[in-house]
Amino acid sequence: MIMNRYNRHIILSDIGLDGQNQISKAKVLVIGAGGLGCPILQYIAAAGVGTIGIVDFDSVEVSNLQRQILFGSTSIGQNKALAAKTRLEDLNPTINIHAYPEALTHKNALELFINYDIIVDGTDNFNTRYLINDAALITNKPVVYGAIYKFEGQVAVFNYKNSANYRCLFPNPPKEGTVANCSEVGVLGVLPGIIGTLQANEVLKIILGIGTTLKGKLLSYNAKNNQTYTISIPKSDYTISKEAFYANNSLEFQCTTPIKHIDFEKAIQLEKVQFIDVRAPHETPELNLEHCICIPLDQISDNLHRIDKHANKVFVCQSGIRSQKAIAFLEKFDYKNCYNLEGGMQSIIKNETTYENR
Amino acid sequence: MDITIKYFGLLAEITHCTEETISFSKGTAAELLSILYNHHPNLLGKDFKVAQQMELIDNNTKITATEIALLPPFSGG
Repeated sequence: MIMNRYNRHIILSDIGLDGQNQISKAKVLVIGAGGLGCPILQYIAAAGVGTIGIVDFDSVEVSNLQRQILFGSTSIGQNKALAAKTRLEDLNPTINIHAYPEALTHKNALELFINYDIIVDGTDNFNTRYLINDAALITNKPVVYGAIYKFEGQVAVFNYKNSANYRCLFPNPPKEGTVANCSEVGVLGVLPGIIGTLQANEVLKIILGIGTTLKGKLLSYNAKNNQTYTISIPKSDYTISKEAFYANNSLEFQCTTPIKHIDFEKAIQLEKVQFIDVRAPHETPELNLEHCICIPLDQISDNLHRIDKHANKVFVCQSGIRSQKAIAFLEKFDYKNCYNLEGGMQSIIKNETTYENR
Repeated sequence: MDITIKYFGLLAEITHCTEETISFSKGTAAELLSILYNHHPNLLGKDFKVAQQMELIDNNTKITATEIALLPPFSGG
């Protein structure tokens, strides 16, 4: 059966039965099951990578289907990591696939990474790219990087056999809002297919030890004219300690863009509104509203799927501080239309008292 | 000497070309960039890296090649 499934690999002298066994022993973690993640996952699963992890908190939307080729109409609304796992198990039932339907954060990154040999970056935001880079440096894992912009893409292999890492290329994230992502400016659907497939190819070359990888190099590809341009990246002396890595955790809660504040009267008049109470379960008074969900601040990364991307979102806590942290965190994941209930529950209680005293 | 400048991503949109040739006597990458900023003021403040002879260089590196590339970071996936 195995001989049959992988016959076209095995008859290649560069792979053979030994190479195919190496592929089946490999453990690859793919962060992001979107435009890049789909082709990466499809090819490494088909190739027989024995253990595949998929991290994605997001759910499938109809606008994803133009390029995210693992999903169909029936996947809409499902978590991407879970939907991808279902599709890939049909494609190749002989491998192990672990879906992590959550966001990659400073909290979970290291424990996830240590269980895998190769990390693949298929994310769509800088915060996660830098998080992947730093976590891979600490756990000493190679990263197969890919990123896209409209008709152009980049591919690289970082932190492999002592090569450069992403921070040797771009030491710090660009200022918020200066570099657009696909949802803002669009992307040619086939482009992530090409770039993701190049990433899958790098993964297999690393596993097999054949050919020349993009170790310490950045390949740029232009879909409009088929031109490629490859540069080498000298290794910088950037290092990061575990302590510094965990200290960066607080960055996830730092506000980078001005937060929109709203009072309760105006908040309840918003159209298509979702209230998100980020207090701990024991905190009172309760916010008894129809469209209200409770997600304690420290559990927000595990509950992103419960937050409606398309609704106006009003974040509530006791005094209006934690709710701002929640908004700052969600902005990193492209959640828009977020409002902070100014003064939190205390402002509502205060107003009620004022009314009673009239 | 004539130098060909290659622009990628957003930078090509700002300059309205994927490459152009400019005249540059000699100097560092920083000096070359100041000429480019004069031609294309909207490049100012944009994030990008400079490559010469297919290798990343910093602003103090002397320009010796006839082809220079300006590469911005991409975030999309």
